[in-house]
Amino acid sequence: MNLIPLFIAVPLGVAFILALLGKFKEVVSDLLAALCTLSLAILSFVLIGQLKTHGIFVYTVGKWTPPWGINLVLDGLSLLMLIIINTVAFLVIIYSVSYMKKFTAKSRYYALFLLMLAGMNGVVLTGDFFNLFVFSEIAAISSYALVAFGVEAEELEASFKYMVMGSIASILILFSVGLLYGLTGSLNMADVGRMIQGRRNVLLSFSMTLFLAGFGLKAAVIPFHAWLPDAHPSAPAPISAMLSGVLIKALGVYALMRIFFNVFGMGLQLYWTFMILGCVSMIGGGLLALRQEDLKRLLAYSSISQIGYIILGLGCGNYWGIMGALFHLLNHASFKSLLFLNSGAVEYSTGTRKLEKMGGLSKVMPVTGATSTIASLSISGIPPFNGFWSKLFIIIGLIQAGHFVLAVITILASVLTLAYYLRMQRYAFFGELKEGLEKIKEAPFLMGFSVIVLAIICLGVGILFYPVMKIVLEPAVEVLQEGIRYSSLVLGG
Amino acid sequence: MKGMTIIVKTITKFLSPLIILFGVYIVLHGHLTPGGGFPGGVMIASCFILLTLAYGKEIAYKKLKRSTSSVIESLGVLIFLILALLGIFVGGYFFLNFLPLGHPLKIISAGIIPLCYIGVGLEVAGAIFAVFLALVLFKAGEEKEKPQ
Amino acid sequence: MIFFLCFVIFLIGLYCVIVKKNILKIVIGIAIMEYAVNLFLILLGYRWEGVPAIVTETVTQAKFVDPLPQALVLTAIVISIATLALMVSLCIRIHQRYKTFDITKIRRLKG
Repeated sequence: MNLIPLFIAVPLGVAFILALLGKFKEVVSDLLAALCTLSLAILSFVLIGQLKTHGIFVYTVGKWTPPWGINLVLDGLSLLMLIIINTVAFLVIIYSVSYMKKFTAKSRYYALFLLMLAGMNGVVLTGDFFNLFVFSEIAAISSYALVAFGVEAEELEASFKYMVMGSIASILILFSVGLLYGLTGSLNMADVGRMIQGRRNVLLSFSMTLFLAGFGLKAAVIPFHAWLPDAHPSAPAPISAMLSGVLIKALGVYALMRIFFNVFGMGLQLYWTFMILGCVSMIGGGLLALRQEDLKRLLAYSSISQIGYIILGLGCGNYWGIMGALFHLLNHASFKSLLFLNSGAVEYSTGTRKLEKMGGLSKVMPVTGATSTIASLSISGIPPFNGFWSKLFIIIGLIQAGHFVLAVITILASVLTLAYYLRMQRYAFFGELKEGLEKIKEAPFLMGFSVIVLAIICLGVGILFYPVMKIVLEPAVEVLQEGIRYSSLVLGG
Repeated sequence: MKGMTIIVKTITKFLSPLIILFGVYIVLHGHLTPGGGFPGGVMIASCFILLTLAYGKEIAYKKLKRSTSSVIESLGVLIFLILALLGIFVGGYFFLNFLPLGHPLKIISAGIIPLCYIGVGLEVAGAIFAVFLALVLFKAGEEKEKPQ
Repeated sequence: MIFFLCFVIFLIGLYCVIVKKNILKIVIGIAIMEYAVNLFLILLGYRWEGVPAIVTETVTQAKFVDPLPQALVLTAIVISIATLALMVSLCIRIHQRYKTFDITKIRRLKG
């Protein structure tokens, strides 16, 4: 259990070693980055067993005990996020070994990527408001740079937009942290949670609103979504997979969950706020995705829609709703990164992202075609795949909480999802092969490898959903259901 | 950019060692007085920026290249991280202050904190100068593109 | 209340970000917002008739201001420097590509 800080220290160290070794051969940086992420992914799986025997684990940095020192907290929810982040990061690194060959300065790309990884791991592990802010800034700043990595006109424009929105979000978060410090005189999440229990005043509500706006901007729920459809498609494909699959969840959704469930404690108004936000983004994202011509833009709007599902599930507040939301979070990480990696493979081979210029690609690119069919079916919630179960749980949660109208809307949104993914499949992968596309080849082996692994995860989690639920998701659901008891668990007593 | 007038150059020549010395003082006394790694590092970097502005970038490049400043930056971070990780190996805690604390208000005290400040100071000095050079290079690149 | 002043500065920055057309002015607006928040944090730590929290041989037992927000502001300043540097370099790159700083003319993405 002493290994928790390694999740932050190892990527940070390797990032700067890579920056030092930039002049050497590319193979060295490929190997080093892959090894680093692989070891972290394995470590996160090892921690499952440890968590089962020890329970919630509080790591005090520098031997200073919690209300005064900085602490790292490992509980079910953090562990779930760690597993998702590090596994996806490993697969994306493997993918980018081949994909990033056309860009120069690959070691700098890896360094930025690992910095982003360190930031996200830090956000998930920390038990401290200010460190939450610092780590989310580390992740965000490196993601701004990664979006602009190609230095083409569109990428720069998208990155600038993303950066303005992201900076405003982080300023709001810092403002809110300051307010909380003024109210309670503490920055430790558990300590703050203990002190504000039962207190309700205007400043507290103001700070909640600021948190909701700040992390909502990072999670791209719909009134705050404007940067996402520009930033995610413009980035290089592995980075879009990372941003869409993991970053908006670690920085946005995870932080919202942790702060509102465990520190402030959910009330009726907050449940309704979450449900309305979720519902609007679910429908709005879906409708906007329907009319997109660009493959990656379609996927980006679909991300907004799926984040809506997660927020809606959290808003139910009962066991099945939260379970569905967390399960959907896991699933969305797998199939959305798979879809973005596939779009990268298509772009790599054909050189275009426009849907009308593609057609019949499954004949020449069998692996990409097959895996993207799996991902599309899975995201639209067709039974044997994982997306079905999570959507089913969210609907069960909604019905249990008595929101029948919302349940019907959720089913309709699922049909909408199916509609735009079928449209994408029909234009891109099925049908007649367009002229000029006969000669293209399947993407290189390493790209194929990570795509296949992600497809297996989609299918495997769908079939073996019960053990996954029991082992990984149940502890995370418990954390959220315990609510403000979190503080007494962390501080002990 | 051939540098500024003789007045600026002469004053810079006298001032720059003093600025560096003051920056180093701030870094080394970080655990006793206000300051520490970041302000000291900024001062050291500002000295190099002053040199670049006064003498033009060709002469400044001979003193400190951009790649060198990047290397210094990375080394600073690595020093900091290694100190933090040594805490795990010595006492089992990340960032454990494993050296003896010494007597307050003496220059050699407070365990690993002065060492950390040296790492941070190197990192900040390297990073800020690298950022400055990067921005200058952008502008130079633009000037080269325009005549074509 | 002096906290109200911080909020006014914050709103000035927000106005600048929303209304101005020049991207460099947007960057300045963001910097103003950051300063407003930093000022707010510093003011939070102020105690009436407090002295800076520095222990020397002469000053040992006095009424110190709260040093924690000052540490926070230092960290926030470092972060804002990183953001600012990246933003300015992006602006230079954008000017290279588009030959303009006007946000209404930088519209190659539809959305």
